[in-house]
Amino acid sequence: MDEHPVAGAAEDLSRRTFLMKVGIALNAAVALAIATPVVAYLLGPVIKRKEYLQWIALGSADDFAAGETKLVSFQNPFSNSWDGATAQVPAYVRRTGTGSGASDFTVFAINCAHLGCPVRWFKESQLFMCPCHGGVYYADGNRASGPPERGLFTYEVKLDNGKLLIDAGQIPTLSNRASADGPCSGGEWPQEPAEKALANIVKTIEPYKPNPYESPRG
Amino acid sequence: MAWYKNIYDWLEHRLQLEGPIKHEIMHPVPRKTASWWYVFGSASFVLLMLQIVTGILLGLVYAPSAAHAWDSLQVLNHDLPLGWFLRAMHGWGSNFMVAVVLIHMAQVFLFGAHKYPRELTWVLGVFMLLMTLGMAFTGQVLRFDQDSYWGLGIGASIMGRVPFIGGPLVHLMLGGPMINGATLTRFFALHVFVIPGTLLAFTAMHVWMVLKLGINEWPTPGRIVRRETYIAEYTELAHKDGLPFVPGAVWKDLVFSAAILFAVAVCAAVFGPYGPTGTPDPTIIATVPKPDFFFLWLYTVLSFLPPELETPFLLIVPPIAVAILVALPFVAGVGEKSWWRRPVAVFSVMFIAICFGVFTHLGTYTPWSPIMNAWSGAPIPVELLHNRTPLERQGANVLQQKQCRNCHQLGGLGGQRGPALDTVATRLTEDQLIRQVLQGGGNMPAYGAALSPAETTALVAYLKTLRPHYQPPAVDASRGVVAMNTK
Repeated sequence: MDEHPVAGAAEDLSRRTFLMKVGIALNAAVALAIATPVVAYLLGPVIKRKEYLQWIALGSADDFAAGETKLVSFQNPFSNSWDGATAQVPAYVRRTGTGSGASDFTVFAINCAHLGCPVRWFKESQLFMCPCHGGVYYADGNRASGPPERGLFTYEVKLDNGKLLIDAGQIPTLSNRASADGPCSGGEWPQEPAEKALANIVKTIEPYKPNPYESPRG
Repeated sequence: MAWYKNIYDWLEHRLQLEGPIKHEIMHPVPRKTASWWYVFGSASFVLLMLQIVTGILLGLVYAPSAAHAWDSLQVLNHDLPLGWFLRAMHGWGSNFMVAVVLIHMAQVFLFGAHKYPRELTWVLGVFMLLMTLGMAFTGQVLRFDQDSYWGLGIGASIMGRVPFIGGPLVHLMLGGPMINGATLTRFFALHVFVIPGTLLAFTAMHVWMVLKLGINEWPTPGRIVRRETYIAEYTELAHKDGLPFVPGAVWKDLVFSAAILFAVAVCAAVFGPYGPTGTPDPTIIATVPKPDFFFLWLYTVLSFLPPELETPFLLIVPPIAVAILVALPFVAGVGEKSWWRRPVAVFSVMFIAICFGVFTHLGTYTPWSPIMNAWSGAPIPVELLHNRTPLERQGANVLQQKQCRNCHQLGGLGGQRGPALDTVATRLTEDQLIRQVLQGGGNMPAYGAALSPAETTALVAYLKTLRPHYQPPAVDASRGVVAMNTK
C-alpha cells in the first residue's frame, strides 16, 4: 500500500543503515547497564538468605512441662511493619524429659512436610494431624500415615541461661529446612525408619490379656 | 448535516480509522461458521474486559499490605455501597472466565481449529490459558485470608521440591524466607501488572491472527487440511458461501456475551463475594485451608499420589502437559478436522473432562482429610450404645476421646479417611482388631503408644459389638481348619 519512497542513493542508505545499527547497539548497551542492577534487585530475596536466620527465644525452659507438647508463636526475626499478623510464626515445643539440656526439647515447625498446611496436635491420641491431605505424625514427629514423605520439620534448639532458643527464620520446605545452617535435626530425615520406630512402640506395650468379664454379643 | 455527523467527520478526517476497521469487520466468514458454537472466544474476551474494569474499581480501595489487605476487603464488603457486589462480580467473573476459556479450548480442539495455518493462534491460546490460571491463583492470594496464607504455603512446598534450586525458588516466590508483606506485594504486582499486561498483549496477537487467517470453517468429514491447498480452499469457501462477519456472525457473539455477563451478575448478586475467610494470622491454626474451585482437582490429585510419586508428578507432569498442548498443532497440524473422523481427540476431551469433574467433586468434600472436630462434635449414635456392658461403653469413650472419629465414621458422622466402623466386627476378628489398633497399618497410625492396655481392652470390646444382628462376626478361618483337624 504505502510505498514510503526514500530520497537518496544506495550508498547513502548503507551509511544510514550503519548509523541506525549503531543507535540500536547504543540502546542495547544502555539497557544492559540499567538492567543488570535490576536483576540483582529481583534476586534480592535469594541473595541475602543468611541474614534471615537468627536465634529466637521461645521463653523460659520452665514454661514447658515434661512430656507435653505446646503450641507457641514467635516473631519472625526479619519482618516489616506492614507484615501485620503474618510476622508471627507458630511452632510446637515438645519437652521429652525433665532434664534441662537441649536434647530434652524438640521444636517442630507448624508446617506439614507434605504441602505446608498447619498440623494440629491432639494430646489424647498423641498425634499431629494435618487438615489438608490427612498427613499424620507421631508425638516425636515421625511420619505416621498419609502423603508426607518424611517426619515433621524441626528447628535447631539451644538453651541459654534457662531460655529456650531456636534457630528460625524461614518457612520449611523439602529443600529449605526450618533451620538452614549446619547439620541440625530439622535438616535430617527421620533418624529411624518407621518400622523400627513401630517395633520400639510395640515393645513397650504389655501383652494383651483377654478380659474374662466381657460378653460376646450375639 | 447533523451536528454529530460533523463531529464524526472531523475526527475521522484526522484518525482515518473507518477504512481499516470496516475492512476488518466486513471480512467474509463461512456461512456455517456463524454458529452458536463459535461464541466462546468472544465471551472470554468480554470476561477479560469485565475483570479489568472490576479489578480497577477494586484497586481504588484495596490496600496491598499484609497488615491491611484483609481490613480493606471488609470495608469493600460492608462499608462501601455495592463494594460487595464489585468483589462478587470480580470473583464470579474469574470463575466464569476459567470455565469459558476451557470450553473455548475444548471447542477449538474438537473443531480442528488448531490445524494449519492456525498453529500459532493455538500456541498463544495455550499460554493465555496458563496466564488465566495464573490470574486465578494470584487473585486468590490477594484475597489475603487464611486460605490465601496456607495456599501460599502449599505453593512454597511445591516449589521447594524442585531439585538443587528449590530453596532459592521458594525465597524468590515469597519475596523472602517467610510468607509476609513482601509476598503480598509481589503477588499484587503479578496480578495487577505483569500477568494482565502480558495477557492483553497475547490477546491482541490472538485476535489479530483470527482476523488475518479467518475464523475456522465448520469441520466437514472428508474435507482434509493440506498445507498446499488450504488457504485457497478457505478463501473460496468464505467468498462463495460466506457472510460478512458484521452483522452475519457477530450478533450471536453479542447475545452470548450479554448472557454471560448477566449470568455473572446474577451469581454475584445471589451468592455474593468470596470471603475473605479468617484473618491471615498464621497462629490461628484451627483452619482447614482449601483452594478455590478451579484448583480443587489439583488438591484432590495431591492427596491420592503415593509419597514417592508426588515430587516427580508435580515437577514432571505439568511441563509435559504444556509441551503436549504446544506440540499438538505441529504433530497434528493437517488432515481431518471433523470430530467424526477423530475418535482419539473426542475420547481425550471426554476423558480429561470426566477426570476434571470427578477430582473437582471429590475436592468439594475431601474424604481424605481427617475431620478435626469430629471427636468432640460427632456423637456416637445412641442405638450403637444400647445393651452394651460397662466395659464396652468405656470402649466407646476411648473411641471418642482418642480422636478415632476424626477418620472413622459411625452412623454417617465423622471423617472418611479410614473405613466406617458401623460393621467393623463383621470384617475383623478380635485379634485383628487388637493388631490394627496397636500397630496401625493400611494408612492408619499405630496407637500402641497412645493407649493403655486397659483402654485397648475396652476399645476392642466395643469394636467387637459393631455389627448388625443379622450378620455373623468375623471369624479366623485358620481356627476352623485347626478345629476340623483336631476332631
